[in-house]
Amino acid sequence: MIDWGFIFNQSLTQAIDFNAIAFVLAAMGINVHFGYAGLLNFGQIGFVAMGAYGFGLTFTLLGSNSVLLAVAVGIGFSVIFALLLGIPTLRLRADYLAIVTIAAAEIVRLVARSTPLRDITGGAEGLNQFIGPFRDLNPFNAGSVYGFGPWSYRGSQLFVIIIGWILVALVVLLIRQLMNSPWGRVVKAIREDEDAARALGKNAYWYKLQALILGGVLGGLAGMILAAGNAAIQPDFFSAPQTFLFWLVLILGGVGKVWSPVVGAVLYWVIITFIRNLGRQLVSAGYVPTTVIDTSQIDQIQFWIVGLALALLMVFRPQGIFGSKEEMALDAR
Amino acid sequence: MPSVRPGPGPCVYALAFVTGSGKCGAGVHRSWRPAALVASVAVLVLLPLAALGQEEESVFTQLRVENEEGERVPVEGVLITVTTPDEAAVGQAETDTEGIVQIAVPGPGEYLVTVDAITLPAGVFLRDPSRTTLSVNVLPGQLGRALFALSPTPPVDAEGGVLGGRINFSGRALAQLTTEGLKLGLFLAMAAIGLSLIFGTTGLVNFAHGEMIGWGMLWAYFFNVYGFAGAFGFLSGLPPPFGGGVNLIFAIMIAALFGAGLGYAMDKIVFAPLRRRGVSLIAQLVVTIGISIFLRYVYLFAFGGVPRFYEDYTAQSGNEFFGLITITPKDLITGTLSLLILVAIGFVLNFTRIGKAMRAVSDNRDLAESSGIDVQKVIRFVWVSGGALAALGGAFLGLSEVVGFNTGFRFLLLIFAGVILGGLGTAYGALIGCLIVGIGIQVSTLFIPTELKNVGALAVLIVVLVIRPQGIMGRRERIG
Amino acid sequence: MLDDATTTDQPLSRLPWEPGVSKPDPILVVDGMRRAFGGLVAVDVDHLEVQRGVITALIGPNGAGKTTFFNLLTGFDSPDRGHVVFDGDTIDKANPHNLAQRGMVRTFQLTKALTKLPVIENMKLGAKNQAGERFFKALFTPLWGKQESEIEQRADELLTRFKMDHMRDEYAGTLSGGQRKLLEMARSLMAEPRLVMLDEPMAGVNPALTQSLLEHVKNLREAGITVMFVEHDMDVVRDISDWVVVMAEGRIIAEGPPESIGQNKAVIDAYLGVHHDAALDLEEEEARLAEAQRSEEEE
Repeated sequence: MIDWGFIFNQSLTQAIDFNAIAFVLAAMGINVHFGYAGLLNFGQIGFVAMGAYGFGLTFTLLGSNSVLLAVAVGIGFSVIFALLLGIPTLRLRADYLAIVTIAAAEIVRLVARSTPLRDITGGAEGLNQFIGPFRDLNPFNAGSVYGFGPWSYRGSQLFVIIIGWILVALVVLLIRQLMNSPWGRVVKAIREDEDAARALGKNAYWYKLQALILGGVLGGLAGMILAAGNAAIQPDFFSAPQTFLFWLVLILGGVGKVWSPVVGAVLYWVIITFIRNLGRQLVSAGYVPTTVIDTSQIDQIQFWIVGLALALLMVFRPQGIFGSKEEMALDAR
Repeated sequence: MPSVRPGPGPCVYALAFVTGSGKCGAGVHRSWRPAALVASVAVLVLLPLAALGQEEESVFTQLRVENEEGERVPVEGVLITVTTPDEAAVGQAETDTEGIVQIAVPGPGEYLVTVDAITLPAGVFLRDPSRTTLSVNVLPGQLGRALFALSPTPPVDAEGGVLGGRINFSGRALAQLTTEGLKLGLFLAMAAIGLSLIFGTTGLVNFAHGEMIGWGMLWAYFFNVYGFAGAFGFLSGLPPPFGGGVNLIFAIMIAALFGAGLGYAMDKIVFAPLRRRGVSLIAQLVVTIGISIFLRYVYLFAFGGVPRFYEDYTAQSGNEFFGLITITPKDLITGTLSLLILVAIGFVLNFTRIGKAMRAVSDNRDLAESSGIDVQKVIRFVWVSGGALAALGGAFLGLSEVVGFNTGFRFLLLIFAGVILGGLGTAYGALIGCLIVGIGIQVSTLFIPTELKNVGALAVLIVVLVIRPQGIMGRRERIG
Repeated sequence: MLDDATTTDQPLSRLPWEPGVSKPDPILVVDGMRRAFGGLVAVDVDHLEVQRGVITALIGPNGAGKTTFFNLLTGFDSPDRGHVVFDGDTIDKANPHNLAQRGMVRTFQLTKALTKLPVIENMKLGAKNQAGERFFKALFTPLWGKQESEIEQRADELLTRFKMDHMRDEYAGTLSGGQRKLLEMARSLMAEPRLVMLDEPMAGVNPALTQSLLEHVKNLREAGITVMFVEHDMDVVRDISDWVVVMAEGRIIAEGPPESIGQNKAVIDAYLGVHHDAALDLEEEEARLAEAQRSEEEE
């Protein structure tokens, strides 16, 4: 029997859970990079990792109890990562940044999980003894379950979710303000034609670096939300394909629009949770024989859909599911 | 990575719990009875122990090594890591005073157990340094047991004494690692040519190139192990080469052919139409990413997450050259072959009509088009030959390393490093860059832990972009 | 700044007609500039001075290195060696944006209208020293709102002058080629330049608009702005330029007032030599054009 109630319930629960929030923030970062500044960041997960590790290491390595300090360190890590990647590549063609970011994200993962750094980063197991100071701030009862309609979360989760959505709201306001300002005009001009902007006295390199840092910090915030929500940081979560989930979220919502990552992330989590749960139930209920597919493989099929959707949307609907084609038609490229 | 296979000979097992697909030579069991005997005794002794943790599934291993008196003593303090097939961490622990590690796993299924060779105490070596990771199948409510063969002496035919950890510096080790690196570099270069030519002729950086490499590797594996019968079930009754696996040499040839087919299909079905529609290069680049992810997870679905080896030519003992370096016949042959192929590519590019056309298109597409070259045809040719070369490179890499669903992607990052080092879009630059990266990776293990050797190559990529972004052979006009 | 155009013609008319001649009041001085691509020397200029307040045309046969020279002067390409002084300041190896901020603003052969921004935003982008272009100030509208409305007012005035005010809120991508040229010129004026460098301002412009564009260029001179432009059309050159610089094979082979150029032997050789030996066939011409466009796009 298929428990449709459970499936819908799960889908709605996941739609606003902390994972979705992290996706919103990371995709907003890519939106700043690609949607507004035209930068190809294929290593956003590296920024997410930097934020998460910066957050976690503040507690475990520095022994601090200050959540604010941890957030500051997480942001600092993302900024340093952006500088490291941006300074050499932002003078070059766009695809160099793509190559370097995807490679750098893998470097971060491999170094974080490496044995020589086990005493610091926890090696392949990662960090999981850092959440105490954050939990202490939680006004909700960590153990009890709070709920409304189909949504119900444990107190520890609810705290992260509330902070996360407040953060998303602030970031939306921030990006909207920036993109309606002369700063945003310069950044968009650089996306359209870098030389035109330079010929008008704009230091394209410096603006691209600023955009890379801003988007990277948003990725870092996503990492902190994940670290707080999971109460753990695992290096192998930060593998290269994750970045493209964020890309898909952005393209689902429509590139270059402030709200699109929110729409995209919620949509993504509803769809994916639905497919995943339905698939699992179909298999375990015996509708699909395990010789064809077993439950662990359902998560792999999720990535088939991600890959295909990414390619198809980019070609046929770069404006997103709900976007209009008009603005895109102006694109001479 | 070294490619030492255990040969017949004295082989001391840590513990002879063999379930899952521990592959340390069934033949070895037969040829050396005492190990099997010790094993069966150990099974009896440890069965009750194993029964203790029955409620939950876990992975279990015990490391023991033979001392001078021939006693088997436990090895303490060795780090064992358990991950899922797609490398998600499950648990990590050090062996206790009994040399035992038991790590709980979330449920039944396939897991990878890795021994961290650096943490092995002095005087204890892995019998086969390349087999630091084993696959273990954990059944519901049971222990999955991993078997690591340890030895008190360094591996007999170790190429440069590669032990998974840092390597002691010696002229011999340097020579050996340089040879290994040269081989790796040649394979990378062969796989990279396609990437470089596609970039040169279309301006597209193909992020799916790693999957084109994996494609060749996996088809070579498929035909080597399952043969035509794997594809056409009705053949299964027939004798080889139709019924079972075909010899690896033929399997690799078929894989190269399939690679050409994939290249053709990608251009015909995807990129030629996109060029016709005038889709921007950036959008095309995102499309290559989509294809890359799709294919990688199709591979995972079809192949599984556990790295495997070809059936043929895995265990070869090396021949010594100049009293300095040891090379296995397979490495010698594949290395020479790839060198010949690279020379042939150079010849084609310089002296044939199609080669000149390719260079003309790379140099200036519009000029080439207006001087009567069928640019679309040239691009199609580049995709087809690039696909074949990537597949061939992948198949060779599978022989010297492991066959895995994401091996291609790992190599893609190294190829990026090589291609950027040499100069993006230049065929010779790709060759030189990849050779430097290959040698650099292997020789770097003299100074840094082997698990970080690829990180070094990727870090070099960033340094190159700071110092000389156009690479060794590139022109600065191309990069800005 | 010179207030009367007629007086500016006087000093130039007395100058000898020879390459590298020194001018009474140069705004731009180039010395020993060289740029090679591989073995091909694209630009090799010993000395050039550009007179302030006049319109200088840069002409030459295809492949003479005009656009490369332009790119070198405006910082979009860097010379192998050479020395440039702009209005008294040495600007060797300066970035394009630095030069633009110092008052040297260029346009492009293929227009670079920012297609996905409205015309008015294109214009506002041109203004210099905007507080709101700084990241942290951008976050607080009061810090830049007043300046923004001033800029917008100036942009509207310019748009009216260029007769484009009716397109104010359209996306620049909807403009025709000629309108884009106009927009680009108007946008460069937003940056309050002292020297405007126009790369083939008439190329690809509908004849109906040519006259209007020419008027605008002349108006720049009346406003005291120095203009240097690359052009193929000799009629245009004769019509608006005060001084003509001729390049061939990377070198400056002649200088003089427009009416002198037609009789210059070096110029005739450079132009006609090519045409006499082998008339450029259509295909080759197109290929060269495509190449030029391609290299332009790549930059």
